[in-house]
Amino acid sequence: MHRAWKKYTTIINKRWIPYLYLSPFFIIFVVFGLYPILFSAWISLHDWDLSTSPWDMEWQGLANYEYILTDEWFYRALYTTLWLAIVAGVPQHLIALPLATLLFRLSNRTRHFLFCFYFLPFITSSVAISLVFSSLFSRDFGVLNQVVSGLHDWVVFDIQPLAWLFPEQAIDWQDSSHIRWTIAMVVFWRYVGWNTLLYLSAMKTIPEELFDAAYLEGAGFWQQLRHVTLPMLRPMILLALTLSLIGNMQLFEEPFILTAGTGGSGQAGQTMAMYLYATAFAEGDFATASAIAWLLFVILLALCSLGRRINQKNNG
Amino acid sequence: MHHSSSPHWLLPGIIGLGAILMVLPFWFMLVFATHDEAHIFAVPPPLWFGDQLGENISQLLNRLPYFWHNLSNSFYIAIMTTGLNLLFCSLAGCAFALYQFKGKKWLFNLVLGTMLLPGFLNMIPNALMIAMFGWINEPKALYIPAACGAFGVFLMRQYIEQAVPYEVIEAARLDGCSEWGLYRYMVLPLIRPALFTLALLTFIASWNNFMAPLVVLRDMESYTLPLALRALQGVGVVPWGAVCAGAAIAVMPLIILLIFTSHQLIDRLSQGYSK
Repeated sequence: MHRAWKKYTTIINKRWIPYLYLSPFFIIFVVFGLYPILFSAWISLHDWDLSTSPWDMEWQGLANYEYILTDEWFYRALYTTLWLAIVAGVPQHLIALPLATLLFRLSNRTRHFLFCFYFLPFITSSVAISLVFSSLFSRDFGVLNQVVSGLHDWVVFDIQPLAWLFPEQAIDWQDSSHIRWTIAMVVFWRYVGWNTLLYLSAMKTIPEELFDAAYLEGAGFWQQLRHVTLPMLRPMILLALTLSLIGNMQLFEEPFILTAGTGGSGQAGQTMAMYLYATAFAEGDFATASAIAWLLFVILLALCSLGRRINQKNNG
Repeated sequence: MHHSSSPHWLLPGIIGLGAILMVLPFWFMLVFATHDEAHIFAVPPPLWFGDQLGENISQLLNRLPYFWHNLSNSFYIAIMTTGLNLLFCSLAGCAFALYQFKGKKWLFNLVLGTMLLPGFLNMIPNALMIAMFGWINEPKALYIPAACGAFGVFLMRQYIEQAVPYEVIEAARLDGCSEWGLYRYMVLPLIRPALFTLALLTFIASWNNFMAPLVVLRDMESYTLPLALRALQGVGVVPWGAVCAGAAIAVMPLIILLIFTSHQLIDRLSQGYSK
């Protein structure tokens, strides 16, 4: 094997070796990335389903896009996706950032040990774990509802201090008014560790002298957090928020499993990616689905550049 | 942040409490896998193992006759994807780190740019390509398109630049070492830690992958584990004990990987983002 290779590489002019080494990446990219993406832009401008040959496609211009922009379900899915991006996304950072600062104060060994627990949800199969959550969120005697009713019934000195906060009736976590909260909880639980990792890795790069100087000037934990940690973490906070936004706008697996692939009652749990999937593979309308993909891409780009714009304004 | 005045047990205590909340769902998964339906939804729920694991597994196999097949599909696809990525990404990383050539900067930016393309943009056209090649229901429909990830190329290039000194490469060339020899005998041994991390990341991503197989695997027999588990939701009453047993089998390899390789996994991931 390696003899043969030796022969080849001496025959081939040395100039070509880097291109040879790069060829697997670019061949795969062109065949399974670039060409299909351009093809999808092309079919999004046509009327086409799988039964007609690509050569007989009927040119439609922007009709598919117009159709989507007048479709009520598109706006519902967009609303659900944005809602989840905020409700599942923001708390991740509100927990991850303080958690990272607390973890940072521990010894390396303890920190690593404890952090592994937070990281575990991130690396496990979202399908498997969403299924487990479906059972925990069961309406009748699911673990979560038992906790809720336990908190409702909790008695201290003859009064129930939490009764106003937790309902007496079992909550149907799958119904249209709760399903988004259910999804948000699972997404929060899955990604909080990942964001903590991002913040921890950024904290390790802050020079120790800054903390020492702040300490010598009498700054306590909170003042150090306010005047040293947060300003130094600013670029990472922006990166992490952007990554969360990009990820949450593409949310698919958790809502798909938690609503058993249906989007839930009233499609209240249907995200944009699920709407795209349903249009393509349940309705077989690949042209419209491609148009949805491109619209979603444009929305994503717009949101990211909006974020950058806001950031630049704040800086300047 | 140093120099704190709170009691030394308080901090690990709070963080430990949160850690317990994070792993609680896994605990219930393992416990429920060993109980029958009546116990799973008992008041209060079981917190310790029961004796119904065998019963749940046989129920799982009853619902998913190809379950062991699905398990081996998952392993096969994950191993093939990992192997191909190790070879292709390290070669591409080598090209970017050790060679000068026309269009290098441009091509590298292109690699980085492909990382920004969201997966959903590619979902439909990719499925059409797979169908055109006649690869529906075949493992190669999953490991060929994923055989050389952009992130892997980036990781390899960063590591090779830092771990392989250019003078050593030049010296080896002067001694008459072939280009393939350079890769095989100089670069590969030096980048073993990075290869190990890439293998872990690729294996985990492939093992958990749901969207790609959902689109290209149609027959039960060709399913990977996540697809098979999802099929449990489909018809009739969901057998929760069997679902948890199946989920536990899907999650177990990852828990074991994390226990034994947490340092390689977490430390290197965090290094990648601290630059």
